[in-house]
Amino acid sequence: MESTIQFNSGAPAVQMIDITKTFGTVVANNKVSLEIRRGEILSLLGENGSGKTTLMNMLSGIYYPDSGTIMVDGRPVSIRSPKDAFDLRIGMIHQHFKLVDVLTAAENIILGLNEKFVLDLKNVRKTVEEICGRYGFTVDPNKKVYNMSVSEKQTLEIVKVLYRGADILILDEPTAVLTPQETQKLFAVMRNMKEDGKSIVIITHKLHEVMEISDRVAVLRKGEYIGDIATKDTDPQQLTDMMVGRAVSLNIDRPDPVNPVRRLTVTGLTVIDDDGVKKLHNVSFAAMGGEILGVAGISGSGQKELLEAIAGLRIIESGDITYYEPHTGKAVSLLGMNPRDIKRLGVRLAFVPEDRLGMGLVGSMDLADNMMLKSYKKGRLPLTERKSPKQLAEKVVQDLEVVTPSISTPVRKLSGGNVQKVLVGREVEGDPTLLLSAYAVRGLDINTSYTIYRLMTEQKQRGAAVVYVGEDLDVLLELADRILVLCSGQVSGIVDARTTTKEEVGLLMTHLGAMQTEPADDKEVEA
Amino acid sequence: MDQLISLFTTAVTFGTVIMYGAMGEILTEKSGNLNLGVPGIMYIGGIAGLIGSFFYENGNPNAIPFVGMLIALVCAFAAAALAGLLYSFLTITLRANQNVTGLTLTIFGAGFANYFGGSLNTMAGGVGQISVALTSGVFRYSVPALKTIPVAGQLFFSYGYMVYLAIILAIVLNWVISRTSVGLNLRAVGENAATADAAGINVTRYKYLATCIGAGISGLGGLYYVMDYIKGTWANDGNIEALGWLAVALVIFATWKSVRAIWGAYLFGALYWLYNFVPSFIELLNNTFGWSIPPMTRAMQQIIQMLPYVVTIIVLLFVSFRKRKEDQPPASLGIPYFREER
Amino acid sequence: MSNIRKSLVREPIIHISRRTDIPRWHGWLIRCGGVLAGLLLSGLIIFLFFKVNPISAYGSMINGVFGEKWAGKTFYDGFAYSFAWIRDTMILLLIAVGLAPAFKMRFWNIGAEGQILVGAIAAAACMIFLGARVPSGLLLVIMAVAAVAAGAVWGLLPALAKSFWKTNETLFTLMMNYIALLLMEFFVAKWEDPPGSNSISIINRVDKTGWIPPVIEGETFGTSFLVITVLVLIFTTLMYVYLKHSKQGYEIAVVGESENTARYSGISVKKVVVRSMTLSSAICGLAGFFIVAGRDHTISDTTAGGRGFTAIIVAWLAKFNPFVMILIAAFLTFMDYGAKNIATRFNVPNDFSQIITGILLFCILGCEFFINYSVKLDFGRKGGKE
Repeated sequence: MESTIQFNSGAPAVQMIDITKTFGTVVANNKVSLEIRRGEILSLLGENGSGKTTLMNMLSGIYYPDSGTIMVDGRPVSIRSPKDAFDLRIGMIHQHFKLVDVLTAAENIILGLNEKFVLDLKNVRKTVEEICGRYGFTVDPNKKVYNMSVSEKQTLEIVKVLYRGADILILDEPTAVLTPQETQKLFAVMRNMKEDGKSIVIITHKLHEVMEISDRVAVLRKGEYIGDIATKDTDPQQLTDMMVGRAVSLNIDRPDPVNPVRRLTVTGLTVIDDDGVKKLHNVSFAAMGGEILGVAGISGSGQKELLEAIAGLRIIESGDITYYEPHTGKAVSLLGMNPRDIKRLGVRLAFVPEDRLGMGLVGSMDLADNMMLKSYKKGRLPLTERKSPKQLAEKVVQDLEVVTPSISTPVRKLSGGNVQKVLVGREVEGDPTLLLSAYAVRGLDINTSYTIYRLMTEQKQRGAAVVYVGEDLDVLLELADRILVLCSGQVSGIVDARTTTKEEVGLLMTHLGAMQTEPADDKEVEA
Repeated sequence: MDQLISLFTTAVTFGTVIMYGAMGEILTEKSGNLNLGVPGIMYIGGIAGLIGSFFYENGNPNAIPFVGMLIALVCAFAAAALAGLLYSFLTITLRANQNVTGLTLTIFGAGFANYFGGSLNTMAGGVGQISVALTSGVFRYSVPALKTIPVAGQLFFSYGYMVYLAIILAIVLNWVISRTSVGLNLRAVGENAATADAAGINVTRYKYLATCIGAGISGLGGLYYVMDYIKGTWANDGNIEALGWLAVALVIFATWKSVRAIWGAYLFGALYWLYNFVPSFIELLNNTFGWSIPPMTRAMQQIIQMLPYVVTIIVLLFVSFRKRKEDQPPASLGIPYFREER
Repeated sequence: MSNIRKSLVREPIIHISRRTDIPRWHGWLIRCGGVLAGLLLSGLIIFLFFKVNPISAYGSMINGVFGEKWAGKTFYDGFAYSFAWIRDTMILLLIAVGLAPAFKMRFWNIGAEGQILVGAIAAAACMIFLGARVPSGLLLVIMAVAAVAAGAVWGLLPALAKSFWKTNETLFTLMMNYIALLLMEFFVAKWEDPPGSNSISIINRVDKTGWIPPVIEGETFGTSFLVITVLVLIFTTLMYVYLKHSKQGYEIAVVGESENTARYSGISVKKVVVRSMTLSSAICGLAGFFIVAGRDHTISDTTAGGRGFTAIIVAWLAKFNPFVMILIAAFLTFMDYGAKNIATRFNVPNDFSQIITGILLFCILGCEFFINYSVKLDFGRKGGKE
């Protein structure tokens, strides 16, 4: 497959031709052909699950293609291991860092190189400083990885790849964990590397970053190669069309809240995680029954911790969480309660966590058994009651059109969208008065996503208070009634979703205190 | 004084058996494999060395002691490494559960060694009749000039060469693991196999090699026990198995550092044999201070013998309580690795 | 160009991938294949060692267990070997059943050996000190309770350490085995009978208080194994129901799969870990009671005799299903008896049985791979040629 638009600059460094990779019955890449040129920054764009990472993993030797040819500098090659990739000067920076915690930065950098039998860390340090100087990084070679921040780890990963002499760098969603400042720094470094003649592939689904950093964009959709285009010749609208297959007019149905009543108030909430890092600081807000409160923020701003704290899964350092009963309006504090205590109080709290199979469901159990995850204690007998979970499973399968061989299939064997339907289905079946959801549509296809939006809105119309943590601002703007914006664990603003703009929310996500008055004093925390 | 010297030398001899076992297991565990087959491997090493030298000495009227020693050494190492290979094949290639495979190897190794040990006894004409005196002599040889130095000679120069080899091996092993690229790669494999793989390290090869060489080293512990400690014969007394488990304990006690295993091994040896010296110690106290501590019963001996295990549990608890990253077991210990897992 | 291709194009020949779905009967077929491979290999070894036809060797194993001595003996004597086989199967089964809840929770209880020993010590203590004062029936109950309590305590310590400090339970329970063994030697020395023997002879030999009584009075071997069989089978069934249908069993399954999910669903992980592990070790302690009261009638450092380790393998191979454990325990015990029988016949050390057991287990462990993974050989694209 030839690209539609020809570039005169840059000879092809890598050509992937008709690459196919399947996992069991799932086709991750179907006859994909892609070209990477010398001295360019190429964006590999696609929705979650479109096969971007799989494709690049075949370049870096993590996976091996079922069929197809890879050519580097015009020669067919077989990349069977990461070592083969290094030998071809290809280096990948994975989304989940591949670093060894107990080793130092320098040790991580020379891992697997076997330059000399006896480690010569002094020399490594010198080279590292040289690389850092050339591209503008800072890395402390003697620091242990477990003492590093996320952005330090990412820098280390890039230095590691450069140290190995990579000419082709693949970055898998590098900005997902970075602050805007860190992102800008990274982009500057990327431009320096491009000047140096290196080819860079950046895997992303953030359009503004594509427009800002790349020379060329290649788009994948559902494992298929859609096409490529020079960045200067395109705009976000066209890219979105390529990415999702049709123009995105979200058109999410958003009825006005009917008679919203206070359901949950959070005041001055501060949460510290197991590693002693302060994840939430002095967070205060109210969620109303009959409305959807959207929560926006760059990934890792404390969204997960906020929901888990409310659901009773986090130790709360200070602050209060109060629940108001729907009819009586009686206030109950949820402070210091675990999920069981909350349930015992009669609070109908539903929680759709981010990690579906690692928290919300038990992968090896079937649909029916998963239905009773929160209600297995029902009844006074020591034995579990199996009939109603089975009925419930049948109902969820029917209502949400879950594709499954039967209700006695382990949920691990279902596809991502169906797993999520099972989880959300179970959570809304209890007629919740408070529904928390984290990244409920991550990795789902458009149709399933709309099913989820519909379910959220139905719950809102039922009178439930819905807290919806999302990553797609367009969705938040059309689905939510109000949007709470988190920035580095603090509330940087609460806006009306009907009147606000994407720009305003974007600004709040990246700039603390853009609207709020200054945050309360930082109390130092003892680890 | 004599008593103390005697305790020291016993501790060193006994500790050396444990040290070999533990060093092999440290190497193995550094690659992320928890091999609970150490006792079985030590059994196999011991019997293989014995069989090798037995057939050499008995089939060769002009047997050269040194050659016998080499044959024993090679047989022990090779047979034990072969057992390690079996374990590696099952756990790394066939991804069988490590705990279960290791325990099976211990059952198999004990049966294998005692079966052939018993057969060898029969062949030699009865229990205790196996004679590999020449070979065993080399294993137990110590330089007379040095040995006769008062006190120091007894303390430091009265052992066979394998005692010193163990110390050297421990130091070399520590150096290789902490200061060379091979060691760095090995540590990475045991900590985080996926990361090591992504860094271009052949995880499977490292695991295989570390486990097989580790098993070979552990096997030398069995050989040292047979050749030096019980002087080149076979006794079906379950001692090797007990020592094998002590070796597993020592790995924890030494927090996966072979240099710490040196004094740890001697400490274990001393604790194991302490009961032998308590009576004279009590006597000494009674005589000196006029106390009347009752003599130790046989039952009390067992309580004292528990000490190495109790101390190990305390270390294990302390390490997990303190959570110091450097003292933890290799992070992927016991977890198999399969690249295309998704 | 073609030279370059030859050097660079290397295709992997073996493709291994995880099987997503495999019919259950298919899995069992592969397991049977593993057993068969083990039997063939053992047969080969028997042939090499003793130069006998393996089939006749296996035949004599079966004869050895099922009553070679039938002719000319009284009814019960004739079946003595079968009785012993069933009894030892049941004891092994009980330990494996006890391990099931811990393993299902992914808690590696390697300490069954020690838990059996402390259970046996407690049971023997009751026999020795209460034998003359308490009627046999009541004594049996007291012994069982004591054994259960002792086993429970032995498992409680690692469970507490695991749940509070995440202490590695494999290593902790392993160490506890040896402390238990030395404790056993301590009590053997303390209670030795006759003095100076450093062993304990059969306890209550004359009046048999604290012995599990035979079902049919007067026969010489003792149909006491029937009592053990019935009790252990009841336990096995109860454990099956407990794991599969009880609320606590559900909790164990959830904790074993993911601690986060457990916390999410309101399960107290610490509580479940401590409770299940205590249950597990208590049952192992009970097995110690059965060994003392129904088999050995004394204690020594071979009371557990490696059963705690073999049971781990039994539980693992059965994928924690108590009913499957019956088959595996019976098979392993059978092979053990059979191999010992062969060893006696050819006048070789009894340790021969451990070799056979080891080979069988290696084969069965290895064959699991072919259930979980599919291997495709790819000869079509070998080398650099196209």
